[in-house]
Amino acid sequence: MYRYDEFDHAYVNQRVAQFSDQIARRIDGRLSEEEFKPLRLQNGLYLQLHAYMLRIAIPYGTLSSRQMEALADIAERWDKGYGHFTTRQNIQFNWTRLSDVPAILAHLASVEMHAIQTSGNCIRNVTADHFAGAAADEVEDPRPTAELIRQWSTAHPEFAFLPRKFKIGVTGARADRAVTRSHDIGLTIVRGEDGAIGYEVTVGGGMGRTPMVGKVIRPFLPKAELLPYLESILRVYNLLGRRDNKYKARVKILVHEEGLEKIRAMVEDEFARQMAEVGGPAVQPLPAEVARIAAYFAPPALPPRAPVSDAVETARTFDPRFAAWLETNTHPHRVSGYAIATVSLKAIGEAPGDASAAQMRALAALARRYSGEELRISHEQNVILPHVALDDLPLLHAALQREGLATANAGLISDIIACPGLDYCALATARSIPIAQDIARRFADPVRARAIGEFRIKISGCINACGHHHVGHVGILGLEKAGIESYQITLGGDATENCAIGERAGPGMAAEEVGPAIERLVDAYLALRATQDEPFIETYRRLGAAPFKAALYATQQKAA
Amino acid sequence: MSGFKQGRAQIISANDLLVGDVVYFTAAEGWTRRIGEAALARDPAQAEALLARAARQQGRVVDPYLAEVALDGGAPRPTHFREAFRTRGPSHRPDLGRQAEK
Repeated sequence: MYRYDEFDHAYVNQRVAQFSDQIARRIDGRLSEEEFKPLRLQNGLYLQLHAYMLRIAIPYGTLSSRQMEALADIAERWDKGYGHFTTRQNIQFNWTRLSDVPAILAHLASVEMHAIQTSGNCIRNVTADHFAGAAADEVEDPRPTAELIRQWSTAHPEFAFLPRKFKIGVTGARADRAVTRSHDIGLTIVRGEDGAIGYEVTVGGGMGRTPMVGKVIRPFLPKAELLPYLESILRVYNLLGRRDNKYKARVKILVHEEGLEKIRAMVEDEFARQMAEVGGPAVQPLPAEVARIAAYFAPPALPPRAPVSDAVETARTFDPRFAAWLETNTHPHRVSGYAIATVSLKAIGEAPGDASAAQMRALAALARRYSGEELRISHEQNVILPHVALDDLPLLHAALQREGLATANAGLISDIIACPGLDYCALATARSIPIAQDIARRFADPVRARAIGEFRIKISGCINACGHHHVGHVGILGLEKAGIESYQITLGGDATENCAIGERAGPGMAAEEVGPAIERLVDAYLALRATQDEPFIETYRRLGAAPFKAALYATQQKAA
Repeated sequence: MSGFKQGRAQIISANDLLVGDVVYFTAAEGWTRRIGEAALARDPAQAEALLARAARQQGRVVDPYLAEVALDGGAPRPTHFREAFRTRGPSHRPDLGRQAEK
C-alpha cells in the first residue's frame, strides 16, 4: 500500500490546521456561512437533512486494517456508531458535529487519510477496480496509476475551479469492475500490439440528469504519456466547459455538443504542444518517481498453494451456507491457492453500504489475519478481502457469520446499490434505502436468489444518480411527483465493459408499488429466459423491453 | 397580497451551526428544536418579515428557509414529506434522530 512521504504528511497536516482555523472562525462569527460553505465543501463537510455529513476519501478503494480501525474510532467517538460506504469508494459519517471536525481530521491524518477532493468542482478522489492487484484477469494493477493521478491532481492550481466536478476511474482488466465508462475520464490498462502497456482512454461518460457512455478518445496511450494527456483533456475542458449552466457544465456535455472529433483534435494539439516542450512536458513524472509509487503496490508475497483446498472441499460438502457463500462471494485470484473474498454489506433488511464500528473492527482484524492487512471498498458498497488463502476460507466465513457479515449475495438481486436518499441527503427527492430493504426482503430466500442469478438493481434518490441507477439492469429513480415520492424504473442498464444506459420503462409508481412490480418482473424473466444460465441482462437484450414493461405494469393494465 | 391556503401557515427552519440539528425560529427570535414552538407566518408578508428576522441570526444557524405547515392538529404539521422526515430522522432507523428521543 502507498505510504505518505514527508510532502504528503506536511500537506495533509497543513490542511487540517487551515480548516480547523476556518471552523473556529465560523463558530466565533468571523466567517459567514457564505464565506465558509466553499471551504467546508473543499474539506468534504456537507450539511444534510439532520446533521453535518463528513465524506472521507478512500483513494482507489484501498484501506489498511489500521485505517479501517481509525474509521471505527470515528464512528464510535464522534458519530453514532456506524458509517456508510459509497459508490465512489468513500465513506460518509452522517452525524458529524462541526466542532468535532478538527479532531476527526487529525485522527484521519494520523493514519494517512483525509477528506480532501470529496466535494467541489475539482478532480475528485480517483476510483479503481476493487479487485486491483489480485484479479486473475488483470493486465496490470491500476492503483499505481490511480495514485499517480492522485498526486498530480491534489491541489493542482489550474484545476481547482473547474466548470464542474471531474471523476476519473481506472481498471487494469478488460472486465470493467470500476464503471470506467461512466466517468469523465475512464482509463483501461491494455497491452499494445508490441506488448507494451498503455491505456485506452475514454472521455465524456457520466450519470446524473444527462447520462452518457464514455467515448474512446485514444485507443492506446503509452503509459509514460499519461499525465500530459490527462492534463491536455483537463485543459481543453477547463477552457471550453460551460460555466453558465451547472446542468450543462460536465465534460460529457462538452463532448456531446462539440463532437468527439473536435475535442480529440484539440486535446491532441495541446498534447503535441506539451510533448514538444524543451526538456519534455512539465507534468511528465520521472521514471524513478513512477517506480517509487509502483513499489508500494508490489504484490504481497503469496507462496503458491494447491489450486484445490481440502478444507474448502470439506466445508463445501457439509455446510450449505458456506457452499453458497463460496459460489457467490469469492472470485479467482491471480495466485494459485488464493481467492478474493467479497464481504457483503447488504444483509437482508439493512441499509446498503452501512457498517457498524464493531463490523469495521472485525473486518480490520480479519484482514490482518487472512488478507495481508488489506481491504478494499467496492463501488458496489461492499468490502473486499483481496488475498485470502483457499484453506482459510471456511474459517473466514465462520468469523463473518459471527459478525453478521456472511450474506451470500454478491452480484445477486439483494446486492442492491442504494444512495442515502431522502433519509439523509439534502439533495434527494425521495427515499432509496427503504425501497432497497423492501426488495431485499422479498428475495431473502437464498435458494430463490441464486436461481435468479446475476441481477443488478441500483437505486438513486434523485436525478444526480449517486446510486448508479442508469447502469443497473434494473434502475430505480426516486422523484417527487405531486407531493409524494414516485419511482421511475429503467431497464437494461449495464455498468461493465458493455456499458449501457437503461431505458425508462414507463410512468413512475408509488413506493409501495415498486417491490411487487420487481417481483412480477423477475417472474417474467424466469419464465422467459432461454436457459437457467441466461442472466437477466441477456434475456432483456434478446427479447427487448416489451415483455418486461408489461410485467412491471401488469396491475395497471388489468385495472384499465 | 393573497394569503396562504386555508389552514396553512409558514415557519422558518434551519440547521444548528454547531450540531447540524434541525431547528425552528421562534417568535422570541430564538431557535428551538420543537416544531410546536415555531413562530407562524400566516400570510406572505409575515413570512417575508419572519425570514428577514431569522436571516439576521446566521451566527447560530445555517441557511434558514420557509417551510409550509398545516394547522390541523396540536402542533404545526409539515405538509411536505421532506420536512416531515426532518422532524423525525432517518425513516429506516427509528433509533436515530429526533424520533429516538420520544
